[in-house]
Amino acid sequence: MSMSKEEAARGYWRENLKLMMMLLVVWFVVSFGAGVLFVDQLNAITFFGFPLGFWFAQQGSIYAFVVLIFVYVWKMNQLDRKYDFHEE
Amino acid sequence: MDTQTLIYLFVGATFALYIGIAIWSRAGSTSEYYVASKGVHPIANGMATGADWMSAASFISMAGIISFTGYDGSVYLMGWTGGYVLLAMCLAPYLRKFGKFTVPEFVGERYYSQTARVVAVICVIFISFTYVAGQMRGVGIVFSRYLEVDINTGVVIGMAIVFFYAVLGGMKGITYTQVAQYCVMIFAYMVPAIYISILITGNPIPQLGFGSEVIGTGQSVLERLNGLGAELGFGAYTDGSKSTIDVFFITMALMVGTAGLPHVIVRFFTTPTVRDARKSAGYALLFIAILYTTAPAVAAFARTNLLTSVPNTAYQEVPAWLTTWENAGLIAWQDKNNDGVIQYGPGTPFVGAPKFTDERGANGERLLSNEPTAAATELYVDRDIMVLANPEIAQLPGWVVALIAAGGLAAALSTAAGLLLVISTSVSHDLLKSNMAPNITEKQELLAARVAAGVAIAIAGLFGIYPPAFVAQVVAFAFGLAAASFFPVIVMGIFSKKMNKEGAIAGMVVGLTFTFGYIVYYKFINPAATADDWWFGISPEGIGTLGMIFNFIAAILVASVTKAPPEKIQHLIEDIRIPRGAGAAVDH
Repeated sequence: MSMSKEEAARGYWRENLKLMMMLLVVWFVVSFGAGVLFVDQLNAITFFGFPLGFWFAQQGSIYAFVVLIFVYVWKMNQLDRKYDFHEE
Repeated sequence: MDTQTLIYLFVGATFALYIGIAIWSRAGSTSEYYVASKGVHPIANGMATGADWMSAASFISMAGIISFTGYDGSVYLMGWTGGYVLLAMCLAPYLRKFGKFTVPEFVGERYYSQTARVVAVICVIFISFTYVAGQMRGVGIVFSRYLEVDINTGVVIGMAIVFFYAVLGGMKGITYTQVAQYCVMIFAYMVPAIYISILITGNPIPQLGFGSEVIGTGQSVLERLNGLGAELGFGAYTDGSKSTIDVFFITMALMVGTAGLPHVIVRFFTTPTVRDARKSAGYALLFIAILYTTAPAVAAFARTNLLTSVPNTAYQEVPAWLTTWENAGLIAWQDKNNDGVIQYGPGTPFVGAPKFTDERGANGERLLSNEPTAAATELYVDRDIMVLANPEIAQLPGWVVALIAAGGLAAALSTAAGLLLVISTSVSHDLLKSNMAPNITEKQELLAARVAAGVAIAIAGLFGIYPPAFVAQVVAFAFGLAAASFFPVIVMGIFSKKMNKEGAIAGMVVGLTFTFGYIVYYKFINPAATADDWWFGISPEGIGTLGMIFNFIAAILVASVTKAPPEKIQHLIEDIRIPRGAGAAVDH
């Protein structure tokens, strides 16, 4: 790639923000969406012995958070390489 | 060996381990003392963060709170884990790239202002002391319950241990001690949880047992809980009693507050690279999630057990653990209708905490001098019982009880040490070195940090011995203030190049004053106020979210009419946004 450091930094930052926003939307949906705002509607569904909304509030959201961070780590490592900002 | 001997053995062995680690990892420079020379492996840092984060309250009280509040308890589960997502994506990698020692240091440099730095230091000290008071009390309580020493003696022993490894080892000593403490506490939490899960559902994984059928009933755990609760007049376990807006705001305040807590943020300053900072946030949450997904299962099992074995049972036929913990003062029964049978239902059985007389009643129960209430319920159950009594409920051997004692101490000590370090660092680095005495040598600064840690431990100990009556109430402060002050200032410092000194200070002042004022008004000035009086139905616990929004608004408004930050700062922001280049993550 033959772009200037500045262009690279701008491109990197744009993609970073896009990734972050996407993951934060999921973060919001699994916790505030499924576990708080729509909990009553989801509770009508049974999921492995749990009312689904309750499961999201006490189990599912936490699993999702862990997965989200690791997806972020993985994607950012790719991004670091793509724009040649990786350490070592 | 009897249980008491085992407890001494386990607690003694873990303490010896912590001290051994402290001696092995003692700090020789300020970099070692403040950030463990930025050489901590992401998995080790993840465990240390987990231990740092999970306090005596997480270990001992959280399952109990959920047990008594059902769905409403979800605010803690989501709130105290979801913050790590924000931390990993919005703060940790950039602060690591910035590459300094403390949170106030970032605020001061990014906003080119000593005033901002001093405001930040005051916030750090206030938030951390609020928190640490509860930890020291927790240490004292575990000591007095398990080791049969006085609470105050327990606090002093705890202080001595923390003093030893925090003052000697600094961040380096604390980090490796916390790794050991994480292992002790997670093992201590999981063993009884797995046994109880097998006992009630036959499934050895508590997270799955939580959704399974209760053996011999054909009903799932939650169906049974809802059913048993309804018979006794309780609301459904899976439905909440708080309003949706309040649940939303409390959860958000806890999440954002978590991401803004200085003792958590500073852990991400200790990794070798930016990449490791991201990764260790993932590990930290993974290690925390093990306990946080088990806690609601433990809560449901313990409640099922309580509701099946105790209500409408004659006192003389109740399981042995009930009388054991009655003797310890955590359960009390007042036979209001004199039928010798325990009635249990919603409401409180009597006014205030139980005050036992030395006499025994007709059935052998401990008599109380409390004024009974009009409610039919006769049973008082301390929420901590849900974790503490588990080994006996599941009829586990004595060594498991000993494990719980060691685990509770590990949880309290690790959190206390992390907080004390942050306090001492703020004093020696942000107040002394950068403000009051910039000419001191590194040796003197290190000495100052150690002296500050010693003084902070002594003050924390005093809080433990003479707990201010409002300790439980001010926890809302710590999260609310962190949410309304640090989080917005740091996030805007990274994500906006236009945010300037004036905007940041205005934001912090508005966010802090509003949140502080609201909490003080509803907690202390007008504690009789009900949910109807709250703004939009938001409780003081959740008001930090609104404070955060006000902080953002004020900062953006003020920044738009004042001068943009100098070019030097714009370059600084560009630097911290990329992991390498224009100064890689440096060693200071």
